[in-house]
Amino acid sequence: MVQYILRRFLQMIPITFGIVTLVFSLIHLIPGDPALQIAGENARPQDVEQVRKALGLDQPLWTQYVHYLSRVVRGDLGRSFQTNESVTKQIAARYPATIQLAFGSMFIALLVAFPLGIVSAIYRNSWIDNLARFFALIGVSMPSFWFGPLLIIAFAINHHWFPVSGRDEGLRSLVLPSLTMGLALAAILTRMIRVSLAEELTQLYVTTAIAKGATRAKAIFRHALKNALIPVITILALQFGSLLTGAIITEQIFSWPGLGRLLIQSISTRDYPQVQASILVIALTYIMVNFASDLLYGVVDPRIKLE
Amino acid sequence: MKTFKRLLRNFAFTSGLLLTVVLILVALAAPLLSPFDPNVQDTSRRLEAPSRQHLLGLDDLGRDVLSRIIWGARVSLRVGFSVVVLAALIGITLGAISGYFGGLVDTAVMRFTDILLAFPGILLAIALVAVLGPKLNNVILALATIGWVSYARLVRGQVLKVREMEYVTAAKAIGARSPRVIVLHVLPNVMNPVIVMATLGLAGAILAEAALSFLGLGVQPPTPSWGAMLTAGRRYLGLANHLAIFPGAAIMLAVMGLNFLGDGLIDALDPKYRKQM
Repeated sequence: MVQYILRRFLQMIPITFGIVTLVFSLIHLIPGDPALQIAGENARPQDVEQVRKALGLDQPLWTQYVHYLSRVVRGDLGRSFQTNESVTKQIAARYPATIQLAFGSMFIALLVAFPLGIVSAIYRNSWIDNLARFFALIGVSMPSFWFGPLLIIAFAINHHWFPVSGRDEGLRSLVLPSLTMGLALAAILTRMIRVSLAEELTQLYVTTAIAKGATRAKAIFRHALKNALIPVITILALQFGSLLTGAIITEQIFSWPGLGRLLIQSISTRDYPQVQASILVIALTYIMVNFASDLLYGVVDPRIKLE
Repeated sequence: MKTFKRLLRNFAFTSGLLLTVVLILVALAAPLLSPFDPNVQDTSRRLEAPSRQHLLGLDDLGRDVLSRIIWGARVSLRVGFSVVVLAALIGITLGAISGYFGGLVDTAVMRFTDILLAFPGILLAIALVAVLGPKLNNVILALATIGWVSYARLVRGQVLKVREMEYVTAAKAIGARSPRVIVLHVLPNVMNPVIVMATLGLAGAILAEAALSFLGLGVQPPTPSWGAMLTAGRRYLGLANHLAIFPGAAIMLAVMGLNFLGDGLIDALDPKYRKQM
């Protein structure tokens, strides 16, 4: 197991390095003179120079890169053009909101997908299975930036059950954004659970368990479900990563004060250090989550370690 | 032909095909179908609800929503097709070279795809558009940058299998040069899964363009884009719900149609592909 973790960890190093490099190069992709673009077309020459200096753009590219790397390693991601504070401060303030939203969505997805997936695996090709299939299809095709507004119209405007936007009303605020992101995930999970459990149910060990006197319920829940959950857990962990990026759009719909909204706000104010830092943090969180999901896979399925 | 007939009996495929054909026809015939000029404003009638004259109502600047949705189909498809063509061209070329020659080129291309795949797609697209500037061409460029990776991976995997086939060895034995072998003998035999991926990729690109436009990073006003229309719609929720409902429905129908079509094509062109997904 230790060897497996170590191997996966070593694989992650060049990828992390690549991502940091990619984020570093972003600012150099700005067409024309980045300093002029950032300061604005009508900026005074001294302001342009100030921006150039603040971003280290006056240094040779190689020096800039080494500086950037050493700063990232020390956790110094620069200062915001807007607030002149450390960008990590803003990120730290917004991060919990995004994580909360991701967990809320996951909770809703599980709440829907488990019963639906299990029932449709047991009663394959029944009306409930078809219903679940239809739901999965809608869930996958429905863009969050449409589903979100529809939820707002139905449950925040027509019925005042939940707030239209913001994060000030605790759990009540969390419901609609979580539903928005959770539905797509629920659709994927329902299919996964259904396929995976249906396959396990055809295995001999299930027949054996029933032959030896286990009730059908016991054979399903004690024996088959356990094995069926292995691929589901991996997908779940992997999807947690995509919830973080999905949050960029959902946070925008509901004015949810998370990392995604911070990113979009800093793009519109051309606060590049903040943009760069937010992208880096989201991307790094994403690969960490994927790394964790790989480890989890190794834990739940001992066969993986042998590979 | 037999496969196609069987496919037509498949409800999902037929409805997917129908939706896609309608989408393409609407985009092509936009000037004929659109009842009004999509950019003409009538501010005295802002946010007017759907009526007999304006079937889907008027937007926040008093423009006809139906006409804007019809013209928006053009933007969506233009982005979708450009992204798919660009991504597929880059991906197929690099994937084929990588798989056929192996060695250092292969390692370099694959490690690069590792990094791009580790980077969440939409985030990279947002980052690229943020630095390049929100323009239609930059949206296409950004989406193609994240899109080519899957084609490269797919084609490389297929080429690895095909290059060991006897007909490839035979072509080489009679003296065909590598480019000729790749283009004439290898690529035609790996195209089926690529076509499937392109169909699903078209849906993905349309969705991504709408997402970027929704975030204000896509097509700029006054060009009608479904995603941008939704952004405006979001501001007037409760006052003029039709502004959010109709463009969203257009996006969903287009994406669903292409997904159905792609799903049907998987069965027809490459049954093995389903197992890989």
